[in-house]
Amino acid sequence: MSNLYGLMAEFTSVADLKKAAKTTHDSGYKAIDAYSPFPVEGLSEMIGFHKDSVSLVTLIGGLIGAASGYGLQYWVANIAYPTNIGGRPLHSWPAFIIVTFEMTVLFAGLSATFGMLALNGLPEPYHPNFNVKAFERATQDRFFLCVFASDPKFDATQTRKFLEGFKPVSISEVPE
Amino acid sequence: MATNVVLDGREVPVLEPGHSFESVTEKISSIVLTRPISAGWILGLMFCGGIVMMLGTAISWLLLKGTGIWGINIPVGWGFAIINFVWWIGIGHAGTLISAILHLLRQSWRNSINRFAEAMTLFAVMCAGMFPLLHTGRPWLAYWMFPYPNTMGYWPQFRSPLIWDVFAVSTYFTISLLFWFTGLIPDFATLRDRAGNKYARMIYGILAMGWRGSARHWKRYESAYLLLAGLSTPLVLSVHTVVSFDFAVALVPGWHTTIFPPYFVAGAIYSGFAMVLILAIPIRAIYNLKDMITERHLDNAAKVMLATGLIVAYGYIMEVFLAWYGPSASDKFLVHNRFFGPYAIPYAMLWVCNIIVPQLLWIKKFRVKPVLLFLISVVILAGMWLERFVIVVLSLHRDFVPSSWGMYYPTKWDWMTYIGTLGFFFMAIFLFVRILPMISIFEMRMLLPEAEAHH
Repeated sequence: MSNLYGLMAEFTSVADLKKAAKTTHDSGYKAIDAYSPFPVEGLSEMIGFHKDSVSLVTLIGGLIGAASGYGLQYWVANIAYPTNIGGRPLHSWPAFIIVTFEMTVLFAGLSATFGMLALNGLPEPYHPNFNVKAFERATQDRFFLCVFASDPKFDATQTRKFLEGFKPVSISEVPE
Repeated sequence: MATNVVLDGREVPVLEPGHSFESVTEKISSIVLTRPISAGWILGLMFCGGIVMMLGTAISWLLLKGTGIWGINIPVGWGFAIINFVWWIGIGHAGTLISAILHLLRQSWRNSINRFAEAMTLFAVMCAGMFPLLHTGRPWLAYWMFPYPNTMGYWPQFRSPLIWDVFAVSTYFTISLLFWFTGLIPDFATLRDRAGNKYARMIYGILAMGWRGSARHWKRYESAYLLLAGLSTPLVLSVHTVVSFDFAVALVPGWHTTIFPPYFVAGAIYSGFAMVLILAIPIRAIYNLKDMITERHLDNAAKVMLATGLIVAYGYIMEVFLAWYGPSASDKFLVHNRFFGPYAIPYAMLWVCNIIVPQLLWIKKFRVKPVLLFLISVVILAGMWLERFVIVVLSLHRDFVPSSWGMYYPTKWDWMTYIGTLGFFFMAIFLFVRILPMISIFEMRMLLPEAEAHH
């Protein structure tokens, strides 16, 4: 059992998964993850994941978009290619608001999407969880809790016994 | 909140009872994975494909001969190209409204129609984008509109609404695509895990990028989805506002008015919901999805159409009022020309299609009976097309100097291009319903009572 990645318990309902996740985390297992076919409110907090930084990444992206959008227009209109349009000032900022706004949204949206994927470590071509046949229902109608072997408290026999206490449908060993 | 619909003494829910996680997953994914391809689908695709061939012919001839093959000339230099651009981009707006604004407002009934409404947005924006591109006359030089260092030492003119349009529409398409793709990731994973065919499994697997429904992933996913909804909401309002600036910033009578941005946005959503219904009503019948797209959805969409239609009606009435009340002789003449000039018939039809017929939606029967609602939606789409015709053509054909007046008649090439984009749009929809889950599976699971855990 040297190359065991973790132990995975399968549940049929959200409530069972939530109870198991909370109890497991509270009893000292930190290297755990829960899987559900749709977002379950509060589940990530139960396994000790409280704050994601997607909004920060998006804010930074949006600010870069705003600065580059406005900066580009200022540079083009004043330095690179100054043109007199009906005697208006070269730095006619009200006319530059729209492109600045669009660039803000564009950069923020790209940052939100690709930031979320990057923070999630996606695309991820291989993950040991997929070695478990039953796990294909994690994207359909079943709920899973996995305790990883990297957890200091992990012990193949003890942890298995612990997970059996939640009366899961099945417990599978996840090979590396 | 939308009020509930009572039909045959029974309250119609957003999702009919009796579904489970498994049945929802099975029902939606089987349309993509296991349902045999019907003769009707093939015939429909072939018919639309034939129309796309016609579009190809029209575009090829245009590239060979130039925009002179269209009916445009001075004084009406915009014609069908701009009418159809505005019409298509407006249709796209309902998709973003459903997926973003209704998401922020926690209207969970949107979960069963947002996916194909977003697809509709993307295809409509593609159709819209073709027109200004072709209208430039040399579409292969369209990249000149983007700011990039070039040997001509030349830069775009950022004070021009036409450049704002380039940024608004390209941003809108990009963000709509990201929003749609983000929504699809968990469903790609479902299809990957259910597909029997090895190649289907591989393709959906690549698209799912290793999604496995981890709680940490869901948390970041929901943040990103909410942020995209928050970004799309002002974006969608800005896009049609910017489109209306193409007109409103000019000094042409009938265009130079501050009412244009709000009334353009309302008109966009009005026509977009009409297109949503034109797609939803046959789809729910053909694919037997009446338990997921219920009368409640039809009723809600009809109410949005009624509300936005009244805003549009206010815009029309205000145009007439301001011309009468205001000081501009050109505006007064414009309104007179609309009612009594050579294009009086399209203008009258505009009032009938956009203002009079939709008043039937006050009656519940017209909101919940699919056939009646479908017909009203077709009328509204025609009305919104006429609105853009009236705005573009009637203001240009008789402006300040009577010696430069003229008439605009579309040619067969104009019609072939316009009908060709309709064929492109419906061909894309035909392909979409069989390749991707047309209803968001994971969001439908969230509508089930089992999705709520109490402990």
